[in-house]
Amino acid sequence: MKAVHEIRSRTVVLPVENVDTDQIIPARFLVTTSREGLEKALFADWRWEKDGRPKAGFALNRPEVEGASILVTGRNFGCGSSREHAVWALQAGGFEAVVSTAFADIFRGNALKNGLVPVQVDEATHARLVEAPGVEVSIDVDAGVLSFGTRRAAFPLEPFARYCLRSGLDELAFLLSREREIAAYEAQAGPASWRSS
Amino acid sequence: MGDVARTLLDRIWYAHLVAAETQDTPAVLYVDLHLVHEVTSPQAFAELRRRGLPVRRPERTVATMDHAIPTRVGPDGRRAPAEGAAAEQVSALERNCREFGVALYGVGHERQGIVHVIGPELGLTHPGSTIVCGDSHTSTHGAFGALAFGIGTSEVGHVLATQCLLQRKPKAFAVELDGVLADGVTAKDLILALIARIGTGGATGHALEYRGSAIRALSMEERMTVCNMSIEAGARAGLVAPDETTYAYLAGRPGAPVGAAWDAAVACWVTLPSDEGAAFDRVERMDGSAIEPMITWGTSPGMGIPVRGVVPGPNGDTGLEKALRYMGLEPGTPLLGRKIDVVFIGSCTNSRLSDLREAARVFRGRKVASGVRALVVPGSQAIKKQAEAEGLDRVFRDAGAEWRESGCSMCLAMNDDRLLPGQYAVSTSNRNFEGRQGPGGRTFLASPLTAAASAVTGAVADARELLSSRGAAVASGAEGSAVSAPADSSGPGTPESPGMTGRPR
Repeated sequence: MKAVHEIRSRTVVLPVENVDTDQIIPARFLVTTSREGLEKALFADWRWEKDGRPKAGFALNRPEVEGASILVTGRNFGCGSSREHAVWALQAGGFEAVVSTAFADIFRGNALKNGLVPVQVDEATHARLVEAPGVEVSIDVDAGVLSFGTRRAAFPLEPFARYCLRSGLDELAFLLSREREIAAYEAQAGPASWRSS
Repeated sequence: MGDVARTLLDRIWYAHLVAAETQDTPAVLYVDLHLVHEVTSPQAFAELRRRGLPVRRPERTVATMDHAIPTRVGPDGRRAPAEGAAAEQVSALERNCREFGVALYGVGHERQGIVHVIGPELGLTHPGSTIVCGDSHTSTHGAFGALAFGIGTSEVGHVLATQCLLQRKPKAFAVELDGVLADGVTAKDLILALIARIGTGGATGHALEYRGSAIRALSMEERMTVCNMSIEAGARAGLVAPDETTYAYLAGRPGAPVGAAWDAAVACWVTLPSDEGAAFDRVERMDGSAIEPMITWGTSPGMGIPVRGVVPGPNGDTGLEKALRYMGLEPGTPLLGRKIDVVFIGSCTNSRLSDLREAARVFRGRKVASGVRALVVPGSQAIKKQAEAEGLDRVFRDAGAEWRESGCSMCLAMNDDRLLPGQYAVSTSNRNFEGRQGPGGRTFLASPLTAAASAVTGAVADARELLSSRGAAVASGAEGSAVSAPADSSGPGTPESPGMTGRPR
């Protein structure tokens, strides 16, 4: 995973709540064995007409958002299916961070494992961002601060998640480094799956 | 154990800690059972290959195919083969399981089925265990008092390689359900009512524990329906404490312990339930006797109303406005009587034998309304076989419904079962998101009873009306034994046991 310290970009604003992963990437695009090539699948049914022309008016199709890498969107983003393809598609679409007031649990975890930064901000900051589509925003991962204009808002990031983002460490490498403890646990727990403490 | 009152979640969590969480690092949590399917695993196996890693515990890993495969029967009377990219996914899973030594219940295997249906059916889902799968409906297995949750593909790779996950302990959320469900009210109605109440983000960050007399009275299959949709309330996991119903379901299944090992297991399982006075971070109470048959009107599972209710107004909520527009509905109008095009009975929520028996109660002696397409898709090949032994397939076919091979089918529009743009469906699945069942398709989520009643009516219907009129007919001797009591298929004597074999390979 690539280390992430700071993201600076204009925003794309998609002011919809409860955006589920079926909208981010419809299931028919999951018939793949790769993580690549999902750019066209991103928000496919909101973004493209049946003949493949861009739908006029959809936030991601506006010419002024070209190159923007921060998505500002509504509460409970990424709810529904556990498909990590949703994160891969957002990254294929050029996004480095998603800003919302709340994220669904599995989506948040998937995002962090791929270096896509979930930025959870307060309602007032969110409202200001929604009112100003295209504003230039800076996301400081090291400090956990999102800023634009004169406004600064702290956002929560689990210490371990921040460490992984900043160092580019992937969790699998971390887990593999715990081999001795895993083996010790297995030796003590035995083969049964049921346990109570 | 000890002086502190513990929850079921606490007990499972602490017993599976390879390393406790600290402020700086999440816990390393051991995974007892890893279920794998064709859609969310290929990139994870590729990652293992890239790093030169084996599957750490192949004996704790079980794979099946369910999402992308057709459930249609071809002209040769067999399941139609997957084509194109789906065929590639199927062969990738076969190759991966062969290479990494993972048991596979693939297409053609007599125990193939939806991953969350076959785990319990094979007796692999044990109380007090940790279970994960690259699928958000893994919460289903919580019905057995297991901590079971969905993970992404990166995490599938973590579990394949290390049998562990990095996790923070979820908060505990008690749902207290008392009272007796009324006739015609099912487990599906119960969970839809809960989600309508707390919302689709209502349990984010929490594991739900379903408690109370209304939950204790449910069969294992009904408990699975409830736990299945925990994710639709935002919870990754939903649990029901194990009890005699649980043990009776598990006894004799191929993956269940036998003899002294069974006794030892039960001795552990009985210690699992939450202590009296254990603290929950949140509690929600509902009166089960007040729940009515539920149906969703909108594009989020939280948009549920009683089947005799009316579509709500948006009151300035742009999300509700958007849903009303997509669904083509007017506020203040009833759904009851609204024409529909398709009925789908299936999915990991409602494709088990008891669901099919419920649907058959309605279909028996009736016809699918003209212009309506009805699909009945069993959750597993074992269920299919058992349903056929009971003659349920004849009931469905005689009514004019399609009887399929097992799989996810029309739940998610990634195989060839899809709604057409603009079509309305009553579906027993779990998600009514825009386009979930096909681009432009419009989904009303409901129970198998409501779905079957809607199929024969040609419009959204209240099954209680059909069943009570049938009841009257039976009383006058008109239809003989057409109404059978909803038998619980989850008992130990379930006739599917004889067909069960050990794990392949």
